[in-house]
Amino acid sequence: MVNPIRLRAQLDGDKATVRVLITHAMESGQRKDESGQLIAAWYIQEVTASHNGRQVLRLGWGPSVSKNPSLQFVVKGARAGDTIAVSWRDNRGDTRSDETTVS
Amino acid sequence: MRRLVSLSTGVSQREPSRRQALKHTATVAALLASNGLFPRLALALERQAFDATRLQDALKLAGAGTLTESAQVSVTCPDQAENGAVVPFSLATTLLGVQRLLLLIEKNPAPLVADFHVSSSVEPAFSLRARMRETCDVYAVALMADGRALYARKEVRVVLSGCD
Repeated sequence: MVNPIRLRAQLDGDKATVRVLITHAMESGQRKDESGQLIAAWYIQEVTASHNGRQVLRLGWGPSVSKNPSLQFVVKGARAGDTIAVSWRDNRGDTRSDETTVS
Repeated sequence: MRRLVSLSTGVSQREPSRRQALKHTATVAALLASNGLFPRLALALERQAFDATRLQDALKLAGAGTLTESAQVSVTCPDQAENGAVVPFSLATTLLGVQRLLLLIEKNPAPLVADFHVSSSVEPAFSLRARMRETCDVYAVALMADGRALYARKEVRVVLSGCD
């Protein structure tokens, strides 16, 4: 089950502050279950963001990023009504992409 | 017997040149990858930095050479984290020409937390929440277009480990 990304882009002048909340277990591979077995690592490795279809940010993540990650960044040259899209891919190959409108 | 000896020395003589060749191949591949000729290879190299278990190795694999402390790079977070599972970090720089911003946590099992590829369309300032295993230094590193690596450091006390 891949949950949608919660996404908000708030305009301030000609800049949009983008707040991203992703629902993901982000298992670091360090945790053990009740029987003492290590739980396999399962985490997001890559996140990309685009502004009106043009990629503006790409980031790599390691297993240290917290469960249900939050991310905030600022896009320059934004206007009301612009589209901001964010997508992620984890180490199992699962992906999710969502978009929002700058307001 | 004599033949065996000569054979073994023959092998040992060939070994360095083969190693050298492999090293050169790796260097060339890394150069090509950094130029964006092999995006998939570049991505694979990038992931290596995330697999590193020591801070120095992670920095080297991420492409950070000689590090210089800079007041123009900042890492902001609480001085003391009650819960190491969720520690809020902000990293930023006022430098022009920054290509990547890295967040590293020295004593985590995998020190490299995040690698932001900055474009001219975003501010070089980001917020992110990360886990911390124990009290240690955290680093924000700005990799510049001219190859410099500038950093900011801060010690964070961790009350409850975030890696259990």
